[in-house]
Amino acid sequence: MNSIIFTAAARILVALLFVFSLFMLLRGHHLPGGGFIGGLIGAVSFIVYSLARGPAEARQALRMSPEAIAAIGLGIALLSGMVSFFMGDPLFTGQWYWVGGDSYETAAFSINSVLIFDVGVYLVVLGGILSLTYAFEEET
Amino acid sequence: MEALTAIVIGVLTAGAVYLMLARNFMRFLFGLILLSNAANLTIFASGRMTKGAPALVPYGEETPVGVVGNALPQALVLTAIVIGFGLLAFTLALAFEAYRRMDRIDTDEMRFAEPKEDTNK
Amino acid sequence: MAEHSDPNAPWKTPAGMATTAITALLFLFFLRYLPTVAAGEPVRWVIPWIPSLDVNLSFWIDGLSLMFALLITGIGAMVMLYAARYLAGHPQYNRFALYLFSFMLSMLGLVLADNVIALFVFWELTTFTSYLLIGFSHTDPKSRRNALQALLLTAAGGLALLAGFIMIGVTQGTFELSEINAAGSLEGQPFYMLILILVLLGAFTKSAQVPFHFWLPNAMAAPTPVSAYLHSATMVKGGVYLLARMHPSLSGSDAWIWALSVFGAVTAVFASFMALRQTDLKQTLAYTTLMALGTLTMFLAGSTGYAITAAMTFLLVHSLYKAGLFLMIGVVDHATGTREAGVLGGLSKTMPITGAAAAAAALAMAGIPPFLGFIAKEVAYAGALEMRLWLFIVPMALIAFALMFAVAGIVAYKPFYGPQGDLPREPHEGPWPMLLGPVTLGVLGLLFGLLPGIGAYYLIEPAVDAVLGRPDTGGRVKLWAGFNLPLLLSLITFAVGFLLYQKHLQLRERLARIEARAPDLDAGWDVFLERFMAFSKVQTRVIQTGVLRQYMFATFAVFAVTVLFTFLARDLGALSVSFTGLSLMEWGVALLIAAGAVLVVLTSSRIVALVALGVVGIGVALIFIMYSAPDVAITQLLVELLVVVLLAFAFLKMPMLDTKGAQTHSFANGVLAVVVGSVTTLVILFVVDTPFDRRLTDFFEAASWTEAFGRNIVNVILVDFRTLDTFGEIAVVMIAALGAFALLKGFAKARAAKEDRK
Repeated sequence: MNSIIFTAAARILVALLFVFSLFMLLRGHHLPGGGFIGGLIGAVSFIVYSLARGPAEARQALRMSPEAIAAIGLGIALLSGMVSFFMGDPLFTGQWYWVGGDSYETAAFSINSVLIFDVGVYLVVLGGILSLTYAFEEET
Repeated sequence: MEALTAIVIGVLTAGAVYLMLARNFMRFLFGLILLSNAANLTIFASGRMTKGAPALVPYGEETPVGVVGNALPQALVLTAIVIGFGLLAFTLALAFEAYRRMDRIDTDEMRFAEPKEDTNK
Repeated sequence: MAEHSDPNAPWKTPAGMATTAITALLFLFFLRYLPTVAAGEPVRWVIPWIPSLDVNLSFWIDGLSLMFALLITGIGAMVMLYAARYLAGHPQYNRFALYLFSFMLSMLGLVLADNVIALFVFWELTTFTSYLLIGFSHTDPKSRRNALQALLLTAAGGLALLAGFIMIGVTQGTFELSEINAAGSLEGQPFYMLILILVLLGAFTKSAQVPFHFWLPNAMAAPTPVSAYLHSATMVKGGVYLLARMHPSLSGSDAWIWALSVFGAVTAVFASFMALRQTDLKQTLAYTTLMALGTLTMFLAGSTGYAITAAMTFLLVHSLYKAGLFLMIGVVDHATGTREAGVLGGLSKTMPITGAAAAAAALAMAGIPPFLGFIAKEVAYAGALEMRLWLFIVPMALIAFALMFAVAGIVAYKPFYGPQGDLPREPHEGPWPMLLGPVTLGVLGLLFGLLPGIGAYYLIEPAVDAVLGRPDTGGRVKLWAGFNLPLLLSLITFAVGFLLYQKHLQLRERLARIEARAPDLDAGWDVFLERFMAFSKVQTRVIQTGVLRQYMFATFAVFAVTVLFTFLARDLGALSVSFTGLSLMEWGVALLIAAGAVLVVLTSSRIVALVALGVVGIGVALIFIMYSAPDVAITQLLVELLVVVLLAFAFLKMPMLDTKGAQTHSFANGVLAVVVGSVTTLVILFVVDTPFDRRLTDFFEAASWTEAFGRNIVNVILVDFRTLDTFGEIAVVMIAALGAFALLKGFAKARAAKEDRK
């Protein structure tokens, strides 16, 4: 991957893709998207980066090992599911807190375990796939 | 479209089976990829196929308007695709490591765990 | 021979004392249930285990299980104390204590379990722990072989039992023993015969009935406390317990009566003769145990009050005296260094307490009044006379009891009160922890005989009620029942027994000669095992070729054949297939996918294959896009991209597709591939032709916004309705990633480290 254009464009492309992945994650509950798709796009963004500048630099840009990201994601997903357990509902029941009201119509926004779970999915997919790809890239 | 999809699945399966019967591990892997595509389509088709109506609830409505695509198989297939990728990556890693160690890609000759018994025994 | 340890070694080890104390406490715990259970109120505890399969960890304390529980914990505590002293200083004593304690708990679970599946688990646990105990002297190949023999035989029986239990559970609709027994007899049910055979196989192997008897004498390779505990009082009674437990549901049929009578009687008489033939006192006792098990089985054939009372009384008395005698033999062995009947004699002078305990046990065994053994024998004769096959049972019982009288003399009278023998060591009295057991058991045998009412009220009669599954009249256990036929039979027994004792040396020689000519089942076992292993070796070589292609071929062929067979065997009706209303676009996509698949199959270039796979993936994604699945389509495209990236990385260092000389294409594989593909298409055509059940879809569509506040139903299903599934799926992704990571990185690191060392 010695194309100058690609190397130069990669920075912008990666940033755009990464922001797009977050956008896909957040809009997922109402429109096509979600944690799986967001995670995949996020992974693709860092793969593009590693293709442009090599896996070592891509790892640095990630700041954390992909395995750790996946593990944290799995932990977040599990915790979001356990919240309901402490609220007296069965495990993994969605929990909703309305801010500024008491229902969807009146509240300004909500804090819910469902979105947190989706963030966990996002991180697991991102971390898992990056872990795989980097391992292949470095070892083969 | 279900009928046509069924035929497509049949073609994919046949290809997958043929490839998975090959001695070359890479061919086996290609077979696995075809097979997971066939499996995903199978789940999708058996939930019936609806054209051009994603399973979304329009803003302002409480339920989807009109007949929309069946969301359940979609959810199943979505995760199946991601898991299928994980499986494929793992198998590929296995193939790669096996090749690195044994220096061969022919499964007939990969006899690390079950070495050929002495014939004169 | 014996595993003697240092007599001066400290024996109050934490392991020994703790296990003894806990077992004694358990004994007291169960003792508290006596009044409740005697009043006819069984106790039940339930802990749900696998509720969806109706498997519970439920316990049931009624007369039968309580009697067993008390014997297990009571004798267990004594044996553990005894073993602490007996094996003092043994380097592996702690291990022994653990095995023995685990065995005690398993046995307790076995007799208390109310769920048949739980009972089976405990059953196998006793098999397993007893394997460890028999093979405790693991440096001795004979001990290992005997342990394995016991394990294989009883575990095989256990598997038959499991099958029987499952059939019972399915037939009766419950796996709880209390409910199965309350539902009445299984006789007349379609699978009754099969169930009976399976359960009897389990019981007969565990309780060592002829022809499965040979493992029990071999199991005497275990240390003496183990023999006293497992092979007299507890484990081997497991089979008898099972027969008693299942009595309400299985007994009464001709098959039951004949099977139990014949196998029991043959075992009893055969074992009595064999006991007379042995010279090693421990072996003699082993065979008398076999005799007792046969007798118990024989009496469980009956369904009358007397027959069952006989079984339960005999069970109690046998546990008391046999454990006592085994422990006594251990003391003698410990003190003199031998167990040979011909050598031992005149020990009562130096070992008076052991001698007295032995005498008490022997009197109970011989059935001399006023010991409980006498009562047991009286009731047994009364029971035998009531049975349907009394013409057969009474003489068999008479022979067995008479021989037992003689054996009691050999085992307990001669070594202590007979003429002085030539001993390898100067005898001395045993230490108190080893005497406590035999003395207590001997005293109990006498007490229960003198005060038969107490034992009958608290132990025997509740057990009899439990076995019969109905309240019995009771009042049968009496020291003096008047001048009647049983008493006369008792007197004949004494006379014959005395005669046999007088002549036992000549008799032994004759028996030895017969034995030499008889077929040896034990040797047959070794031959069987050898053949079996040879067979499995051949079979493995045929089935497990180690060639992946052949495994795959077999898998796909079985799939095709079974599905095709189902199509042919069932009339599935006409299939309506329509291709109307399809646009050019749809045909195009289908063709694209098919072309891609064919190309992957035919090409021998890696790059072409990669491109063709991409075509297939994109074609599938197009189908998702056209048919209302945007989420799936996006995922599919992204994953397709990643697959290409990964394969491209791997291809950099992998060889070409067609390695030289390897045959790439095969006609047979092609045929199978086409058949499997066609079968798959056919299955899907039939599936989409059936009416569609929209219930789940309707629910998700209705609830997505109203309950889960999400407008993208697919996403709501993933992260709200079926979150647990999704959680499992991302866990799989993570595991796959870690697995691949470990494969690629871990081995690389190991290789690097190796290089460094060089």
